[in-house]
Amino acid sequence: MSLDNLTCGCNHGDTEEEKYARIAQVIDAYKDKEGNLIMILHAAQEIYGYLPLELQKFIALRMGIPLSKVYGVVGFYSFFSTEERGKHTIHICMGTACYVRGASKLVEAFEDRLYVKVGGVTADKKFTLDVARCIGACGLAPAIMVDDDVYQQVTPASVGSIVSNY
Amino acid sequence: MTKITGLSDLTQIKSAYLDEMGQYEHQILLCAGAGCISCGCSKVSQQLTVELQELGLEQRIKVVETGCIGLCSLGPVMLILPERIFYVNLTPESLRTILTSHFLNSTIAEKWCYRDPQTKKYIPTIDEIPFYKHQVRIALEGCGSIDYSSLEAYVAMDGYATLYKALTSMTPQQVIDEVKASTLRGRGGGGFPAGVKWQAGRDAVGDQKYIVCNADEGDPGAFMDRSIIEGTPHKLIEGIILAAYAIGASHGYVYIRAEYPIAVNRLSAAMDQARAAGLLGCKLFDSEFEFDLEIRIGAGAFVCGEETALMESIEGHRGEPRQKPPLPFQAGLFGKPTIINNVETLANIPYIVQNGAKAYTKYGTPSAPGTKVFALAGDIVNAGIIEVPIGMPLRKIIFEIGGGLIGGKAFKAAQVGGPSGGCITAADLDVPMDYMDLMLKGSIMGSGGLIAMSRDTCMVDTARFFMDFVQDESCGKCVACRIGTKRMLEILERITRGKGREDDVDRLIEVGNVIKDTAMCGLGQTAPNPVLSTIRYFRDEYDAHIVDHRCPAGNCKAITIFEIDPSSCIGCTLCARHCPAFAITGEKKEPHVIDPKLCISCRACYDACRIGAVHPTKREAILG
Repeated sequence: MSLDNLTCGCNHGDTEEEKYARIAQVIDAYKDKEGNLIMILHAAQEIYGYLPLELQKFIALRMGIPLSKVYGVVGFYSFFSTEERGKHTIHICMGTACYVRGASKLVEAFEDRLYVKVGGVTADKKFTLDVARCIGACGLAPAIMVDDDVYQQVTPASVGSIVSNY
Repeated sequence: MTKITGLSDLTQIKSAYLDEMGQYEHQILLCAGAGCISCGCSKVSQQLTVELQELGLEQRIKVVETGCIGLCSLGPVMLILPERIFYVNLTPESLRTILTSHFLNSTIAEKWCYRDPQTKKYIPTIDEIPFYKHQVRIALEGCGSIDYSSLEAYVAMDGYATLYKALTSMTPQQVIDEVKASTLRGRGGGGFPAGVKWQAGRDAVGDQKYIVCNADEGDPGAFMDRSIIEGTPHKLIEGIILAAYAIGASHGYVYIRAEYPIAVNRLSAAMDQARAAGLLGCKLFDSEFEFDLEIRIGAGAFVCGEETALMESIEGHRGEPRQKPPLPFQAGLFGKPTIINNVETLANIPYIVQNGAKAYTKYGTPSAPGTKVFALAGDIVNAGIIEVPIGMPLRKIIFEIGGGLIGGKAFKAAQVGGPSGGCITAADLDVPMDYMDLMLKGSIMGSGGLIAMSRDTCMVDTARFFMDFVQDESCGKCVACRIGTKRMLEILERITRGKGREDDVDRLIEVGNVIKDTAMCGLGQTAPNPVLSTIRYFRDEYDAHIVDHRCPAGNCKAITIFEIDPSSCIGCTLCARHCPAFAITGEKKEPHVIDPKLCISCRACYDACRIGAVHPTKREAILG
């Protein structure tokens, strides 16, 4: 099985064991690459959705490195999450251009609409609301990303219709 | 794909590609840059295929999806060749009209062309649009004009021919000498001469050396590198291989942000093509030189754009900077000699090696030849990607290329160089955009983010925004940055809330200078720049917040409230309709009034009013 198949996020119906098994395969596939921990964590998060402590222990054991090392890396990078995330992640870009064009108003609008604060998950586990560092769509500010889809020139009024796409 | 082993293979691929394209009367270049993708170019693309078939044009016209054409604010856009007519703001619905008019009736569909905001005239030919007229494209050459996904298209613009030339007729030292003679300076922000760096890499002793491409473009407001990778991934690969050959590296890494999924996909697809063509992972052009390249994806840490932190991250550690020395060329990645160059720097290399340093130094200034890519954003009409000769005055960039500020608002300042840079004010609009001149003004060239700001932007709040950014992104390894940025942020926050203390500005300057002198890495050392720069040029705004508890731009909510001037209000009701708090009342054609108790200072009325009757005012003066 290729790595792409292993990390494909479409198998949401997988059981806990199946996910762990796939993560184990990823670890073995990357075994000989120098500095592989971050790549493995990316793949593990893709498969499992997030990186709870139990999973970190599993990764550390399988790679033969201390848990403190895994935990330290997970904690350092903002892309890694130790808490369960919503099915979709909304990233509101807070880069300079978006900020100048009113991104903070979008934060309020999404918070009001989804009844959740930035960093939180909605009650139905559908959305995680987050802010992002510049996503590089400055020409179209203010911009947001829902998963990998970028929305440009978003206004507080368009928040409702974006949310209803998912 | 057959292996490319010599010049004849390149020539053959080139002529085959050109022949294939030559069968078509026209080419439609459809921008598939990240900007246009987010405004729906894929729907336009699908519809374009359908329409061409229905109009019976599919045999005559070839559609090519390209990287960023540059004018992101008008996307989706397409350019029709060979006549070079440029259509903007495309929708799936508008295509039928445009195609019928352009191809069947031979009439330019002017309504869908670029309209000059000043003269109100349509400009159909791309080269006459001011945004493009003043540009010189070297690093961006090919970006927006070729199929990003095609190795053949890149070879057709003489891609990889430079690599052939270097490997077969130049020694590594000759390549380095050419780059040295070009005086190319690192485009990632540091501005260190690339040739000198390479020489150090070449001279370093080691059995294994690495070349690393820094594509961790983290400055908010910057998307130059992203455009280069997405538009011409093969050019970056060629630049990296040339660098590897020059310094003697057999392995390379591209460290790219996780926030750029499209760039990652396109680069890895291009690397697969190059590998299949025998340009990566084996001996090149029957020479003894062998090189392979690998992508490493970041995980959302700004500090990893700093070269030593980046190496830590590639090694799989927390991205904390290392103490220098040793410098990377002495002991870098995995302890081996390593040269790290930015994407834009490497994208300039094929041109320099192919055409020679003399051709390159024709552009730019004597101390900094060549061109620089800027990402224009903020309150500017023509937001997008541009490449101009170094030394072009800011005025020309903002007003001629950028088309001035949105809504004709007055220019207040441009933020250059992101969280490491500073601002250039209206008084300095004629400053040449050159490393030295910008430094004298307390700013830096930086990586190329250029954000235009109008009177509606509060400079204190902007400084707070950048400090919030670096404080959050500080890795915490050294005290100066970890604690210093936090203290500066706290001070800035209280100033924007109207709780500033008399000596706060002096304290900011003092703390800022200590951080500059004592922080460990580039992130920390430059972190105070936006604050020090805004204090230098907008001290009056700091004083207004601290002494008068007033935000002149009307940005800082805690101390601002809005008022309508009854003598200029015409009662158009626009403000009342925009107010989310129902705080505005008034009859049609009668002056309106804002209830200060209901007003939430959101600025919706201020932004909506077309005649400027709404004014920000001091909250204390109204509510006490």
